[in-house]
Amino acid sequence: MSAETKKIGEIPSYKVTLFVRRFNPEDGQEARWEDFDVEVFGTDRVLDALHKIKWEQDGSLTFRRSCAHGVCGSDAMRINGRNRLACKTLIKDLDMSQPIYVEPIKGLAVEKDLVVDMNPFYQAYRDVKPFLIASDKPAKERLQSAEERARFDDTTKCILCAACTTSCPVFWTDGQYFGPAAIVNAHRFIFDSRDEASEVRLEILNDKEGVWRCRTTFNCTEACPRGIEVTKAIAEVKQAILVGRR
Amino acid sequence: MAKLPAGTLYRGKVGMWSWVLHRITGVAIFFFLLVHTLDTALVRVSPEAYDAVINTYKTPIIGLGELGLVAAILFHGLNGIRVILIDFWRKGAKYQNVMFWIVVVLAALLFIGFAPRHLAHVFHWNV
Repeated sequence: MSAETKKIGEIPSYKVTLFVRRFNPEDGQEARWEDFDVEVFGTDRVLDALHKIKWEQDGSLTFRRSCAHGVCGSDAMRINGRNRLACKTLIKDLDMSQPIYVEPIKGLAVEKDLVVDMNPFYQAYRDVKPFLIASDKPAKERLQSAEERARFDDTTKCILCAACTTSCPVFWTDGQYFGPAAIVNAHRFIFDSRDEASEVRLEILNDKEGVWRCRTTFNCTEACPRGIEVTKAIAEVKQAILVGRR
Repeated sequence: MAKLPAGTLYRGKVGMWSWVLHRITGVAIFFFLLVHTLDTALVRVSPEAYDAVINTYKTPIIGLGELGLVAAILFHGLNGIRVILIDFWRKGAKYQNVMFWIVVVLAALLFIGFAPRHLAHVFHWNV
């Protein structure tokens, strides 16, 4: 767009091609790529492009999203080969001269298009007892120093979007592995000074499908939309099991 | 009926590709060790049989294979130290990326020291 034709305050728009991995359990066909041309603004995110497709071109396109602002963790998907939240990925940050590839996250069964069965993921989360276990009954709150709170601050940020777990090569081939997200949420309580069940959680994760499955590929750390140092958290849990270092 | 997904290759970074390379070199070294154990065990059968087998190794193709073997061992050994540091050193996860490049540089330096001398033996160069 040249400077003359550009109105003041106008947002430049671009034509991009999206290849979306489609799968319909009812048509008996294999998963396949389908391409859509979409006119998008520089301020648009991949989620906006998916909305445009669903609202203007093909209402059967199926994907999850809820808050659309990177908080609920519903719209994790594989964008150009990497796990991202569609609502946090600006199209202008991708290479717009190339098609944008959008696929469901890997390692969980696809139900339709970009929607996967999250139940195994949630089950692994439940299995690490992701809640405070404390026997005391204080009249007010349980006190904690700023340092004690800072110890597990990083792992409180998880939104359970599954971007980390489904970026893990170990999880792709071994669905029994607890996965990074479950370990992150166990870490959040293991290193919480108010919690009394660290040993229980460490015992759960000291399993052949527990932390020892981690091969430190760092895909999870790279994929996390909240910037959690996932691999580091897993390494800290390994240390806690081995030498009791908290 | 639900289906498992297929599609593009996951575009992981240094951490993932170093892990892939670590596995490939690991399996390759395993097969070398298997053959190596067998040919060395031949000396118990008869020294002549051992000599005969070892002599078949003195070809340029095996010589280039040995070059690859040393490259694989250098990477696998040094990257193994990196993996240990990631698990046992507090700052290991933070410095995994730079440690990978240190591994590559160290492996390359050691390989450059080894390759000319080895190739001279294989191809009977007079140096």
